[in-house]
Amino acid sequence: MQFACEIIISPRSDILDPEGDAIGRSLARLHFEGASEVRVGKYMTLQLEADSADAARARINEMCKALLVNPITEDYEVSVNQL
Amino acid sequence: MKAAVVIFPGSNCDHDALHACDKVMGWTTVPVWHESASLSGADLVILPGGFSYGDYLRCGAIAGRSPVMEAVKKHAANGGLTLGICNGFQILIEAGLLPGALLRNSCMEFRCRMVQLRVESTDSSFTRAMRQREVLTVPIAHGDGNYFATEQQLAELNEQDRIPFRYCNAAGEITADANPNGSLENIAGVLSEGRNVLGMMPHPERASEALVGSADGRRLFESLAQAYADVGW
Repeated sequence: MQFACEIIISPRSDILDPEGDAIGRSLARLHFEGASEVRVGKYMTLQLEADSADAARARINEMCKALLVNPITEDYEVSVNQL
Repeated sequence: MKAAVVIFPGSNCDHDALHACDKVMGWTTVPVWHESASLSGADLVILPGGFSYGDYLRCGAIAGRSPVMEAVKKHAANGGLTLGICNGFQILIEAGLLPGALLRNSCMEFRCRMVQLRVESTDSSFTRAMRQREVLTVPIAHGDGNYFATEQQLAELNEQDRIPFRYCNAAGEITADANPNGSLENIAGVLSEGRNVLGMMPHPERASEALVGSADGRRLFESLAQAYADVGW
């Protein structure tokens, strides 16, 4: 089975995110009142051949641990949809 | 002493490192391509600065998993001297040879200028020819040098005297103003548990001759020469 997989990687909440802070300040300058806590992460998609959605998710988790995510500074979420 | 300088796609300080080892120190020096499985029997391996793999994913993430890194890990595990400068420091962290992470500079700027470093530990092959609390002037040139570590990692680094350099002002004081990138506790470099692997954001190889503005970085290479003469590898 073929799965479309999405991975959202975000800076951990206890990590300073200067890029998010700079964007937040720019939004404030543009008078978007009420916008706060801007965080900038990464969004990845990939297709994966696997026997089940659980197997696909497990494989993506392995990829995240091996390369895609730095566990010291980043959190991530995975979603998989059969094509 | 035989030195190997690893070249990744996007390395751009490789020739500075080759020059410092070959021309300044007079060591047998070889470039090693990132796809190589061998370090040519080198005693010292240098991972140079640059933008390996275009800094894709995270700085050093892809280089840290490239073929040559298996040989670098084996070299380090056997006690071999391993020095990562700037992007090389990022690569050593991504390869799991040093703790922590290097984040975007807190100022959001690429900082390229001379900085002062205070020598915090002379107990390593990289710093043994220096004096404790001596102030060195060397350049930095990076956008992602903001050293971060978990509380536990930071406590271990301090307890085990594994922070050989901190950013300081000209008087040798560790201040927030002297910190160019937001690094925790002004950390500019860290040693491995075995003290044979050093990662640092500043560039000693670019300050190894008075002609280029400072020869203070040469002290690091002289330390290595001393260590080699004493112990050999």
